[in-house]
Amino acid sequence: MTRYFTEDHEWIEVEGDLGTVGITDYAQGQLGDITFVELPETGASVTKGDSVSVVDSVKAASDVYTPVSGTIAEANDALADEPELVNTDAEVGGWLFRVTLSNASELESLMDADAYKAYVESL
Amino acid sequence: MRYLPLTSADRAEMLESIGAASVDDLFVDVPAQARLPGPIEGLPAHASEMAVERHMSALAAKNVSAGSAPFFLGAGAYRHHVPASVDHLIQRGEFLTAYTPYQPEIAQGTLQVLFEFQTQVARLFGTDIANASMYDGSTACWEAILMAARVTRKGKAVLSSGLHPHYGEVVRTMAKFTKDEIVSLNTELTAEPDDAAVIAQIDDKTSCVVVQYPDVLGRIPDLSAIAEAAHAKGALLVAVVTEPVALGLIEAPGNLGADIVVGEGQSLGVGLQFGGPYLGLFGCREKFVRQMPGRLCGQTVDADGKRGFVLTLSTREQHIRREKATSNICTNSGLCALAFSIHLTLLGGEGLAKLAAVNHARAQAMIERLGRIPGVEVLNEAYFNEATLVLPRDAREVVRELAERGVLGGVSLGRLFPVADGLHKGLLVAATETTTAEDIETFATQLEELLVGVPA
Amino acid sequence: MNAVNASGWRPSMGEAGQAGVPATSSGDYGLMLEEPLSFELGADGKCGVDIEDADRAPMGGLSKFLRKQMPDLPGLTEPETVRHYTRLSRQNYAIDLGPFPLGSCTMKHNPRLNEKMARLPGFADVHPLQPVSTVPGALEVINELAFWLIDLTGMHGVAMSPKAGAHGELCGLLCIRAALDARGEERHIILVPESAHGTNPATAAFAGFTVRSIPATPEGRVDLEALKASLGPDVAGVMITNPNTCGLFEPDMKAISDAVHEAGGYVYCDGANFNAIVGKVRPGDLGIDAMHINLHKTFSTPHGGGGPGSGPVVLSEALAPFGPLPFTARTADGVVHLVEEENASEFDHTQSFGRMVAFHGQMGMFTRALTYILSHGADGLRQVAEDAVLNANYVLRMCEDVLPAPFAKSGPCMHEALFSEAGLAEGFSTLDIAKGLIDEGFHPMTVYFPLVVKGAMLVEPTETESKAGLDRFIASLRSLAERAKAGDESLHSAPHFAPRRRLDETQAARKPVLVWQG
Repeated sequence: MTRYFTEDHEWIEVEGDLGTVGITDYAQGQLGDITFVELPETGASVTKGDSVSVVDSVKAASDVYTPVSGTIAEANDALADEPELVNTDAEVGGWLFRVTLSNASELESLMDADAYKAYVESL
Repeated sequence: MRYLPLTSADRAEMLESIGAASVDDLFVDVPAQARLPGPIEGLPAHASEMAVERHMSALAAKNVSAGSAPFFLGAGAYRHHVPASVDHLIQRGEFLTAYTPYQPEIAQGTLQVLFEFQTQVARLFGTDIANASMYDGSTACWEAILMAARVTRKGKAVLSSGLHPHYGEVVRTMAKFTKDEIVSLNTELTAEPDDAAVIAQIDDKTSCVVVQYPDVLGRIPDLSAIAEAAHAKGALLVAVVTEPVALGLIEAPGNLGADIVVGEGQSLGVGLQFGGPYLGLFGCREKFVRQMPGRLCGQTVDADGKRGFVLTLSTREQHIRREKATSNICTNSGLCALAFSIHLTLLGGEGLAKLAAVNHARAQAMIERLGRIPGVEVLNEAYFNEATLVLPRDAREVVRELAERGVLGGVSLGRLFPVADGLHKGLLVAATETTTAEDIETFATQLEELLVGVPA
Repeated sequence: MNAVNASGWRPSMGEAGQAGVPATSSGDYGLMLEEPLSFELGADGKCGVDIEDADRAPMGGLSKFLRKQMPDLPGLTEPETVRHYTRLSRQNYAIDLGPFPLGSCTMKHNPRLNEKMARLPGFADVHPLQPVSTVPGALEVINELAFWLIDLTGMHGVAMSPKAGAHGELCGLLCIRAALDARGEERHIILVPESAHGTNPATAAFAGFTVRSIPATPEGRVDLEALKASLGPDVAGVMITNPNTCGLFEPDMKAISDAVHEAGGYVYCDGANFNAIVGKVRPGDLGIDAMHINLHKTFSTPHGGGGPGSGPVVLSEALAPFGPLPFTARTADGVVHLVEEENASEFDHTQSFGRMVAFHGQMGMFTRALTYILSHGADGLRQVAEDAVLNANYVLRMCEDVLPAPFAKSGPCMHEALFSEAGLAEGFSTLDIAKGLIDEGFHPMTVYFPLVVKGAMLVEPTETESKAGLDRFIASLRSLAERAKAGDESLHSAPHFAPRRRLDETQAARKPVLVWQG
């Protein structure tokens, strides 16, 4: 399993051809209390960079872009009742959706954990 | 100038404090050629209260007010008695001169009113939830169509021919720009509303059907049947109520399967005012809440755990979502919502039912009397407080002639549907609790005289 | 003018529960009165209106439609109703209580003559579909107001029916769309400066345009060169706020208009800030094609806790032919006509984009605005703009040593003074200053807008404030800035003296409770 990061503060963890996507702990800290998560529909076909989900806080609504192309395999339904999971457990239980990758080579353009850490520190 | 507290001495002192030689120094960013050298031409100098009142009163006196003549107009705006306390309360400065409640700690008055208003509208409409009001019924109707498209992800709306033609015009105007497909049906003088024709238009691409209840000719559509047909195709039923007093007598649209209920709230608490300001009512199922347009007030607690209210779910709105907002609407119709809410609080459910019963009884008396005039046919099999008559001649001319005889005798369908064929003999007449037996008799007598000798 | 706290609490009373302040058994404290929901007060069968019994039963045809149960709405008698709403009203801050310096909202005094005139039966009790022969005075009001709005803006025509500012924006953009359609051009991009009101991009998207953002200069103005570089055959126009949301006049406005026109586009101006220039500058002289005027701002129709508004749109000669129906027109014989769908061709108005509202617009607001304009007159309106601008500059210069004013060096402001939170102690922000102002007995300024300034505080005192009132406000603002710089922790829990403390907006948004559940 490998975890990658984007400059828009999404993370993706890939196992086989299935990627699990969420927003980073840094991102949730910037957004503040999450009040609602709009999730993509299972089965939707998405292209890398598409806005597929929206994370709402009281004062902001932030688009979440899929880091890879493919098909939405699953959405984290637990967030419907507990959007705060994105705050309390952003990088594990607060995942947003799973996507079946159609082009694994897209992962090459993403950052690894160390690169993302350096990126955040540069902000 | 009575409205400007700064004195000349104040101005001089302030200019000195900020290091400006004259007020013109503060307008240096305005290019010289764009600055007006003196007071604008044409407009007279300031005037006293007395002088302005004289001018405005003279203009007002040129109009025939509804209360000064036998009055039978409806068609989306109704003359009801507004209790004196309503106008007194909305003129309290703390309501009248407050802004949108963005600082909830010092706006609990407005916020609690909005919360009560939302609850009242939802209960009246039979919907789970309601918003804090919109511009008017016609814009609420268009917003409902947009919302249905967001919910269903489909883009074809079917408008019943019983929808107020101005509402239909607003929808068609807006849809030209958003590229939503709008199917409009032709209005015809039939005793029954066009339920079957509406149902026949519903297909898999349909996002919603829009049905007015009672409809613009006063007929009452069978919402349950239309809802069932719409739901079978994955479409929503948008019910439009232009006379909310009717819901004291006939079933609430939400209880008949309507998914979104919108309406014009003017009838309760808000005067006719030549068409505005009015207030749009908007209720829907709770599961659509994130797709809803307009402001919403929600309950919460403060830092001491006391119940309080805030504007909420604002991430749907333009000031946060910008080009991704559910609507570009920024303002609601707060003061009109307050008037509506006070009037409904004074009435209560039983009072509203009683008021509705009186409206319906007056309308029956009116229709019975007018229907006895030779040559006049009553179109409707059922109606609430408004129905359509078919006259033996052009109704528009009749309305003008009635006005010359001091009677405001309804709305001609020629005025409402200027380009439609076959409707010009239709006359829409409404009665409310303000209509007296003498008014009805005067109307009937004058109408009868105008129709003498006209072949049917 | 006395800046009292809306709740009736004087700060010297302290907080309930604190040492020396006993709790009461009622939960009320003197004039500080709690009020339940009407649903908790009301009872079935209570009614504040005497209604006679209906003298006949519902008609047979209605039987299948009758309501099965009464709407579940408890009623109240008149004294209970009056008390309920009066008590609620006291939990609101309002212009009538004190300064309300909410930037970009123009919270000025609402003259009561306007209210009186709007309630004359000849205006208030007139149906929109009465025969036109019975409403000549109403049509004259619309036409007279339209005339003065055109005069004050130097434009060619005006669409009176839009119901609020955002609705006016939509009207202006639909005129632009219709004009482009008439030219047979498919231009789909609207340029919007990043400092714009949120409604601008929302409206452009709503009207089917694609929004492209253009940057601001470090001085808070539209970057003319960047704007020119963005122009092209796909650009329909630009939406500009002038005076802009940083409280500054756009000195390049004419150059911007000329460039946009040369590229075949139109210029929409957001007129939210017209109060700064009314009677001083005519937007028509700056090359603007369309501008909405918020009657509830510049012309003082009451805000009413969030509407109703009114947003007539003045139009240039290029766009006027596409304006919406209905409107009024005076013919040479002096008669004012109502121009609707059926007679539009008689008035040579066949290119209208259509109808925006059911009836004729916000008549109740027109009577108020006309009353306001006639009361002030040409000299008074000019003085309004000058006083509004003077008051804002006074606040700016009297506070800039304690609160950074990011654009103050570039010259005077217009009718709004913009400050930032830079320099406050660690952990202190604009929010603390705003909530502190509530305790001081003032309504806070607009906060966190415009977005181009971090922790923005936008102060619009309007011409309504006296010098003495401004001095009190300035003293409070300075004191709060100094407390926030010194790290006064008590600011974090402000307000202390309002009807409610800070409210939990997260809870409200996570589990929305929008109707009473009882």
